[in-house]
Amino acid sequence: MQNAILAGLCGGITCSIVGVFVVTMHLSFIGVCIAHAAFAGALLGVWLGFNPLIGALFFSLASAGVIGPMADRGELNLDTSIGIVFSLMLGLAFLFMGIMPGARTEALSLFWGSILTVNRENLIFLATVTVAIVALVIVFYKEIQAVICHREVALAVGIPATLVFYGLLFSTGVTITASLPSIGGLLIYSLILNPAAAAYQLTYSLKRMLLIAVVFGVLSCWAGVAASYLLDLPSGASIVITSSVIFGLAIAFSPKRKVKKWQQVRVK
Amino acid sequence: MDDVVISIKDAIVSYREDVALQSVSLVVRKGEFIGIIGPNGAGKTTLLTVINGLGRLVHGQACVLGMAVNGRNGIKLRKRVAYVAQVENIDPRLPISVRETAMVGCYGRLGLFHRPTKAQWQNVDRTLNLVGMSHLSQRPIGHLSGGEYQRVAIARALVQQPEIFLLDEPTASIDPKAQREILDLMQLIHSQYHVTTLLVTHDIGTLPSMCQRLVLMKEGKIWREGSSDLMLRKETLNQLYGAPISVPAKPAEDKLLRYE
Repeated sequence: MQNAILAGLCGGITCSIVGVFVVTMHLSFIGVCIAHAAFAGALLGVWLGFNPLIGALFFSLASAGVIGPMADRGELNLDTSIGIVFSLMLGLAFLFMGIMPGARTEALSLFWGSILTVNRENLIFLATVTVAIVALVIVFYKEIQAVICHREVALAVGIPATLVFYGLLFSTGVTITASLPSIGGLLIYSLILNPAAAAYQLTYSLKRMLLIAVVFGVLSCWAGVAASYLLDLPSGASIVITSSVIFGLAIAFSPKRKVKKWQQVRVK
Repeated sequence: MDDVVISIKDAIVSYREDVALQSVSLVVRKGEFIGIIGPNGAGKTTLLTVINGLGRLVHGQACVLGMAVNGRNGIKLRKRVAYVAQVENIDPRLPISVRETAMVGCYGRLGLFHRPTKAQWQNVDRTLNLVGMSHLSQRPIGHLSGGEYQRVAIARALVQQPEIFLLDEPTASIDPKAQREILDLMQLIHSQYHVTTLLVTHDIGTLPSMCQRLVLMKEGKIWREGSSDLMLRKETLNQLYGAPISVPAKPAEDKLLRYE
């Protein structure tokens, strides 16, 4: 139980932080894409008999490393390159799942995740990633803020914006890999998206947005742990449903909705 | 020749099969205010990207602020060259304020691992005051009008303390009053700071009076260049744009706005 609470804390913090990056950059689908890449890599590990997290890490970093340059150097926009990598990863995941011999219990546990049974090794990995992500945000806060809010401007004032942007994509990959055993490949992008999207509705300050998203993310994870422990419900599903409810409430009470109404009045 | 800050020789830039710049050569001296005009697709913006190291030369040479632009020193160069583009669509929910946006200007010079000091924040406040935006400094950047956004963009560029100021159609897509204010602001800044300035526009009515030299671009080439008086002639402009163009009234009598 202690491990589950700690995993919820760490998973909630990291997923929410990278969620703030992707939501602010309007790249929410990248969470879906990298989650499927991590899942496909983990399945490869299960099939070939090596640590699934190593496979997940390799695949998620590789897809993060492909998406950025493919969009920057190629003829494609970012959405298209994410879509292409996503479809490839989905295909690979189905392929590995299909040719995997015997029972697929371990594979399915990666699909759903199980925060109550997360082992010490995975918890240490997740905690290390959490500390690293928080440290990176503290150290490079100004560059991150400039890149996620004004990437072109950041590039024009001499910030290594492309490096920072790729760094954010890699951070997303590492976060998803570390959270895979506890949250699960299918549902993790909800934990990336929902708390950050909820926080995005509530504040115009990036610092506050990060803090609110982290609180929402951790609350969602702990609610999942509680539902799983007390009611014997699937933890991943409980986490996602809680975070979705929080998002719904944030939308309902968002002060930013006034902006939309104001714009509509202006258009008339 | 010591006061030459930009020297471009036989520059060719191409995007895949399209040649955006064809054998362009240009010399700019310190403190000059140059207007670059021409129809859409003439290569005006590409010329600016060569100067700030974002455009890649296929052929030719560019030397800016004593640095040979080679694709590897772009970040170093851009810390010293400010760039203001035309108004862009900003998400009204973006979590960054006017004051924070202006501060982004000095992040490049500040470098990694350094945080802005109190003095730098005070400088941002002074600059926002100069551009007449101090009363909106805490407002989210996405809530500004086009003219207000451009003033903040100019403040951000000033905070950068640039040696070259590149303005890429800064008055496009904003109303005539805001256009006038932005132009007056550019003149005020040039008269105060004497920063070498290159202003790109396809609207000759927005050329400020202090434009000492005009570069006329057409089909990726510098078609003509010379003083504003010589270049702003009906026949020349008609040939440049390939359509009848009315020559604007002489803008030399503009008065500078005073920002309290």
